[in-house]
Amino acid sequence: MAEIMAYGGYLPAHRIRRSRIGEALGTRPATGSRTVASYDEDTTTMGAEAARVALHGLPGPEEVRGLYFATADPVYLDRSNAAAVHAVLSLDPSVPAVDMCGAVRSGVGALRAGLHAGPPTLVVLSDIRAGLPGGADERDGGDGAAALVVGTDGEVVAEWIGDAARTEEFLSRWRAPGEQYSRHWEDRFVEEVHVPAGRLVLEEALKSAGLTAADVDHLVVTGASRRIAAAVRAAAGVEEHAAADDLLDSVGETGTAHLALRLAAILDRAGPGEVIALVVLTEGADALLFRTTDLLAHRRSAWPTAVQIEHSSDELSYATYVTWRGFLPREPMRRPLPPQLAAPAARRIGAWKLGLVGSRCAACDARHLPPQRVCGACRALDQMRPDPVAGVPATVSIATVDRLAWSPNPPLIYGTVDFDGGGRLQCELTDTVPDSARTGLRVRMAVRRTHSRDGVHNYYWKARPERGEQY
Amino acid sequence: MADRGITDRVAVVGAGCTRFGERRDAGADDLLIAAANEAAAAAGIDLADVDAFWLGTFGSGHAGTALSKPLKLDNKPVTRVENFCATGSDAFRNACYAVAAGAYDVVMAIGVEKVMDSGQAGIPFFEFFDDGTVVPHTPPGTFGYLATGYAQRHGVADADLRAAMTHVAWKNHRNGALNPRAYFQREIPKEVIDRQPLLAGKLSLLDCGGLADGAAAVVITRTEDARRYTGKPVLVKALALAAGPGTGTMDPGHDFSSFPEAVAAARSAYAQAGIRDPRAELSFAEVHDCFTITEIVLMEDLGFSARGTAWKDMVGGVFDRDGALPINPDGGLKAFGHPLGASGIRMIFESWLQLRGEAGERQIDNGRTLALTQNIGGDPGECVCLITILGT
Repeated sequence: MAEIMAYGGYLPAHRIRRSRIGEALGTRPATGSRTVASYDEDTTTMGAEAARVALHGLPGPEEVRGLYFATADPVYLDRSNAAAVHAVLSLDPSVPAVDMCGAVRSGVGALRAGLHAGPPTLVVLSDIRAGLPGGADERDGGDGAAALVVGTDGEVVAEWIGDAARTEEFLSRWRAPGEQYSRHWEDRFVEEVHVPAGRLVLEEALKSAGLTAADVDHLVVTGASRRIAAAVRAAAGVEEHAAADDLLDSVGETGTAHLALRLAAILDRAGPGEVIALVVLTEGADALLFRTTDLLAHRRSAWPTAVQIEHSSDELSYATYVTWRGFLPREPMRRPLPPQLAAPAARRIGAWKLGLVGSRCAACDARHLPPQRVCGACRALDQMRPDPVAGVPATVSIATVDRLAWSPNPPLIYGTVDFDGGGRLQCELTDTVPDSARTGLRVRMAVRRTHSRDGVHNYYWKARPERGEQY
Repeated sequence: MADRGITDRVAVVGAGCTRFGERRDAGADDLLIAAANEAAAAAGIDLADVDAFWLGTFGSGHAGTALSKPLKLDNKPVTRVENFCATGSDAFRNACYAVAAGAYDVVMAIGVEKVMDSGQAGIPFFEFFDDGTVVPHTPPGTFGYLATGYAQRHGVADADLRAAMTHVAWKNHRNGALNPRAYFQREIPKEVIDRQPLLAGKLSLLDCGGLADGAAAVVITRTEDARRYTGKPVLVKALALAAGPGTGTMDPGHDFSSFPEAVAAARSAYAQAGIRDPRAELSFAEVHDCFTITEIVLMEDLGFSARGTAWKDMVGGVFDRDGALPINPDGGLKAFGHPLGASGIRMIFESWLQLRGEAGERQIDNGRTLALTQNIGGDPGECVCLITILGT
């Protein structure tokens, strides 16, 4: 049987209080907050961040032999988004990276495919939920990603013990390619399909594992409103205290990613031998059962999602939120767009550009970012060895808040950051405000979308303030 | 390793410079025609008498034809030179070497830039393709590193640095007010400069040199021939160019309080010209005040002030037009304006006027006969620096 070897979640540094939506639009204010992907984040960058967290739980990324990437909001059609995640992680080229995109059900589908794959497989689920202003997706949705390494190897944090599925062709939510938002059928009709389907798959999965509803320690129901989730739990006879935190108060429903984000949140604190039931309601229903192991206590995520929420801000304004999601076009700057991307040049430096692999001089040990052929310290030629720095903490040495420079989110903040263990990089600073961008700020590197031009989204690394990560 | 220089072997025998500014009335061709003819007239020659040309332009033209076509030159050698903001001075440097080598008798170095047609803020010329790893920084942003780096290294309080930067802007606008060719010809009170909103880092709009349209040209001959063209030739004492390894943005040891390229170029230039104490020996200097903080840092890199003291010297008036060592008596990039490819030659034009006693109201009269011009091209941590020393 396949198992979960490692896991990780990623939540953006920005949240908006739902009361602000109500204040801006004059609608009934809702409680809590939702996460918001920054202007420079998308499902690819968030997925890559979650995968980086998950890989910290493995002895080495070389163990991963496959990558599945799922989202209902793919950055590209007709080309792989998984390949960019693969590049950020510097996985071996022999590792296949495959997209499963379009439907929310792709998320649980990718997980199921990974569990069946055999060799350790990285399953990355990521989503941005942006509905029209004033709608339910805007209010109740959330942005985030989660990643699981699954396989049949020995050292695992949870075992896969049960499984059931049901497919129902019916209309609950839909979005044609190119459209900016999804539409919905009324919730009461959806409830009539989802509640019995969810109850059925949960019962069948429990039966396949030789368990009963009373054995469930944590029940996760995603893809549905709180009311439908409660109805599925009650119909299946699972105790109320087993209803796991649905993350709706602080994160929102993160679509494709939500089942894995909630699983990650449970794994962050569950004890050994506990049974976790996942029910995903889409065009039908899926139920997956897991049981935690003794090893979990020693292999928890080094950056729990609860810590990420703690190190985030819910001060985002509604005007900024709708600007970031593209619902409020703004006057462009009187500056030229960054240049067109040259595909061969970008490919030539791929290990640096997406993997942040610098070079270190074998003769004098000086680190070079970006990688150089001639050593800046001792002038040795071609004595460099690869030196990955994506996971290395750094400190801002000089920062500038530039109100003249082009940026999709002015002002552009950039400077030089000095890495622990040597090396300096000039780069953008993100997830920060002008007053915080100062010498001495401790930062981590994050891959972001710097700009888009001619339908090409450019990815590169920026420095962001530390957010409580324990690595 | 040799760095012999060509001290006193060539001379400037004519110079011209257009009015700088928002020259919506003139294209690059018009500016080139004006500067070339003014310089030729000053030397008492026709353009047809010029054997070869060096054209400096950062982005307003590409090949020699950018000059030969508007001037209708008949198959003369024309080289286009580009070296960031040292473009004009490098055109001058190469032209001087050709004369010193004996290849030509009379040559012209000419620089031009036409930047005001773009309708955009900042320098309009860009690369067309890249690999997507370039931070879209601007000169105010990266030169802003200097203000932070200088203050951090020397423990200068924000208010003290602000006062020094304000003094640079105030001084250069005060000098520019006496210059009929300058972009900005009025004084700006210190209290106005002090209260500008920040544009990048600690820099406000009034800390920035003004990008401008304009052109400048000089005629160069061997020194022994110079008096055929003018009674008061200006001799080339030193030409020094340093292109740095660009490691400032890669090396945690670099603190953005200095231009190592300027220190290296100054060492070479002073050796060529036999200068031991530049602050005492130079009559004045035209330096690359692209930003107010740049001028302060350069005072130390060029040996005019001890490390950590230029901000005090600046506020103390040392570099005012009536100070111990006048800096940018023509208003500098700040007030004269900065047409990138023309700026280096504009500095030589001012030196031509000052050393010949033709600078009118802004004439410096301190009895010294040496002038220094200096350009930075690029960004702090990754730049070129070109220095010339001229004298009579």
